Amino acid sequence: MIGIDTDLVREIMRNKKRLDNRAADKYRKVTIETNFVTSAEGSARVRLGDTEVVAGVKMDMGEPYPDSPDEGVLSVSSEFLPLASPDFESGPPGEDSIELARVVDRAIRESKAIDFKKLCITPGEKVWMVFVDIDIIDNDGNLIDAAGLAAVAALRSAKIPDIEDEKPVFSRKGKKALPMKGIPISTTFAKIRDYIVVDPGLAESEALEARLTVGTVDSEGIKICSLQKGGTSSFTIEEIGSILETAEDKGSELRKLVK
Amino acid sequence: MAEESDRKLVIPGDPLGEGVAGHGTFEEDGKIFSKVIGLAEQKNNLFFVIPLRGIYNPKRGDGVIGKIEDISFSKWIVDINSPYQAVLPLNEAVDEFIDLTKTDLTKYFDYGDLIFAEISTVTRAKSVQLSMKSRRCRKLRGGRIIEVTPAKVPRIIGRSGSMVEMIKDLTKTQIVVGQNGLVWVKGENEDIAAESVLYIEQKSHIQGLTDQVKAMLEKRMGRTFEAKPAKEDIFEKKEGDYDDRKTDKE
Amino acid sequence: MTEKLIKNDKRIDGRKLDELRPIEAMVGVLKKADGSAFFRLGDTMAIAGVYGPKKVHPRHAEEAEKAILRTKYNMAPFSTETRSRPGHNRRSTEISFVTRQAIEPVLFLEEFPKTAIDVHIEVLQANASSRCVGINAASLALADAGVPMRDLIASCSAGIVEGKKVLDISGKEDTEGELDLPIAYYPRKKAITLLQMDGLAKRSDVKQLIELAIKGCEKIYEKQKQALRKRYSLEEVMHEKEVKV
Repeated sequence: MIGIDTDLVREIMRNKKRLDNRAADKYRKVTIETNFVTSAEGSARVRLGDTEVVAGVKMDMGEPYPDSPDEGVLSVSSEFLPLASPDFESGPPGEDSIELARVVDRAIRESKAIDFKKLCITPGEKVWMVFVDIDIIDNDGNLIDAAGLAAVAALRSAKIPDIEDEKPVFSRKGKKALPMKGIPISTTFAKIRDYIVVDPGLAESEALEARLTVGTVDSEGIKICSLQKGGTSSFTIEEIGSILETAEDKGSELRKLVK
Repeated sequence: MAEESDRKLVIPGDPLGEGVAGHGTFEEDGKIFSKVIGLAEQKNNLFFVIPLRGIYNPKRGDGVIGKIEDISFSKWIVDINSPYQAVLPLNEAVDEFIDLTKTDLTKYFDYGDLIFAEISTVTRAKSVQLSMKSRRCRKLRGGRIIEVTPAKVPRIIGRSGSMVEMIKDLTKTQIVVGQNGLVWVKGENEDIAAESVLYIEQKSHIQGLTDQVKAMLEKRMGRTFEAKPAKEDIFEKKEGDYDDRKTDKE
Repeated sequence: MTEKLIKNDKRIDGRKLDELRPIEAMVGVLKKADGSAFFRLGDTMAIAGVYGPKKVHPRHAEEAEKAILRTKYNMAPFSTETRSRPGHNRRSTEISFVTRQAIEPVLFLEEFPKTAIDVHIEVLQANASSRCVGINAASLALADAGVPMRDLIASCSAGIVEGKKVLDISGKEDTEGELDLPIAYYPRKKAITLLQMDGLAKRSDVKQLIELAIKGCEKIYEKQKQALRKRYSLEEVMHEKEVKV
C-alpha cells in the first residue's frame, strides 16, 4: 500500500491551501451518537470526517486516593485498534496512544467539569471510580479531538449505577446522571510550512511539523483548561496567541453538538 | 602560525560573522553560526569550526584504522569506529587475481585483524568504501589500539608529523594514527607511547604541548630527541621499520 | 486553615513571584556516555547521558534520511518523598515523548542518516518542573556529545498560585497551586518547542504566563552556555567532577 505523500501535502500547504480544499478554520463533519452500548454506564460514538472513535464509561466502587479521601477517581485510557489503520499494531499502548489518553484526561480534569466530591460514597473508604475507555476504530487524522468529543459525550450520557446491598447494579441503567458542569472540548491545530489549520486530516496529521491541542471549557466565560504541543517543530508566541483565539471559537461550535 | 589555543572556543548557536559556511557551521539569513562545540577559524570569508567532540564522520581520502568484522563473498566488512560500516572490496585489497571458488579470504585478512586503509568513497547515504592500494596501507600486526576523539588527531600527529615522530623516536615504537580516532602503537615501550598519546588528547588545548611531551619522554626514557627536518610522508618506510607485508598471503 | 503559599508577594521559599530557583549546570559529568550533563533548579535535579550517533538496533527502525532521536525520561524511585515504583509508566512515556519533540527542532539529524541518538534522562530528585530540568540537562548533554545543533533548548515552568502568576513553581505550589505551564524555548528563533498546561485560565492570562516562562528560559539559557564554555575553557580543567547534592 502506498503511503501518504507528505511532500505533496507540504507543497499544497505552502500555498495556503488544503488537500481537501477546506478553509484553515473549518472542521470536517461531526456526528455524535450516545448510548449505543448498553453494557456501559455511558457511551458515545463520534465520527469526525472518516475518523471514528467510540468511548465507553464504566463505573465501579473503589477506594479513594489517600490525599483526596472525599473525591471520586477518573481514569482515561485509549487503544489504537489495529483495525483502525494499517500502521497500528496490537500490543501495549504506544506513545501516541498514551499521549491521547492523557490529553483527553487533562481537559476533562482541569476543566473541573466533573465534581469529584459528588462521587464520594463514604469518605476515606468508598468512592465512585469512573473509567473512560477510548477505542480508535478508524484513523483519518485528528484522533485527539474525536476522542475528546467521544469521552465527553459518553460522560454526559452516563448514569451512576444504583446501589443494592452496598454493591453497584450493572444489569440495568442507573437513574442518576454523572454530575457534570461545563463541557470541555479539545481543538487541535496543525502547522505545516507556516500554514496553521484546524482539524488536520490524515495526510495533514502525518505531514505536520508542529501541533497544538487546546482544551477550552465554558465555565464563567470561556477558559483554557489544557494545552499540549506536539510535533518536532515549534511555534512563535504570536502563532500561539492566534491559535488560542481560534480555539475558543471552534470549541464553542463543537460544544453545541455535544449539548 | 596560530597555535591551537589562539582559536576561539565556540558553542552551538554562537554567531561567527557573515560569509560562507564551512565545516562545523551553518548559515541562517546570511549569518554564519557554529553547529558544535569547538574551535572557530576563519580564512578570508570562510568560517569553520573544528569540533572538540563527536564521532568520526567518514571522509574520502582519510587514512583510517579498521578491524575486520565480517567476511563476505568478495569483500570484507570493516569496523572503522563509526556508526557507518565500511566495505573493503577484494579488488581494492589485493593486486593478484583470485579464484573465489578456490580461495578462502581469511588467508588475506581474518576476523579481528587490524588494517590501515584509505577511504576511497563515501556515498550520500554514508556507505563507505575502503582501499588498500596506497603505499601506506597495510595490515597492523600485534601492538595495541588506543581510542581518542577524532578531533584530536591533528594534535597527535603534529605539524608535518613532528609530534608523532618525536614519540616514535623516543619510545622506539611504531605508531600509526587513523583519522577516525584510532591510534596503533607497537614496540617495547608501547605503554609509554600510549600514555603520551592520551596525555596529548587531554591537554590538546594548551600551548607548548610538544615541548612538554618531549621533556616528559626524554626524562622517562633517559635519552634526548633531535628533531629531524620535516618529512612529507610521515609513513615513509625505513630499513627494518614496519613489517611491510600488506597481507598475510604474501 | 492551611498556611498561605504567597504572603506580600513573597513565596514560601522566600522567592519573588518572577524569580527562578538557584541554578546549577555542569557538563561532562559521566565518563562512559558520549555526552553528559547535570542540571539543577532548586531541589529538582537530573542527569542526562547521550549515546550516539550510533548504529540502530533493531535495524528496521533506522531511517534512511536522518538519525532517529530516542529519548527516555525516568524518575529514580528515591526521587520523590513517597517511593515511586521503578520502571516506566504512562507519565514517563508522555514526558519522554514531549521531551523528544522539544529538542528535535534544533538537531541536525539529517547529517547522520541510519543512526540513532539516545538520550537518557534520570531525575534524581523531583520537586516540580522535573521535565524542564531534564530538558535542560539533555540539551547540554547533546552539545557535549558533539551532536550538531542550531541552538540550546532552555526549559522552565510558570504557574498560578493563589491567583498570582509565578515563575518556576516548586513544592507545594505544584500540589496546591491552580495552574502549571511548562515550556521549552529555542532562544535564537524565539520559538516554543514544548508547551503544556494543566489548569484553568483566561486566554490573556495564558499568554502572560507564556511570556513569563520565556523570561525564565532566557536566564536558564545564559547559565547553560556558561556551563558549556566552562567545560572546554582553555585553562587547565579538572576531569574528575563530583555531582554536588
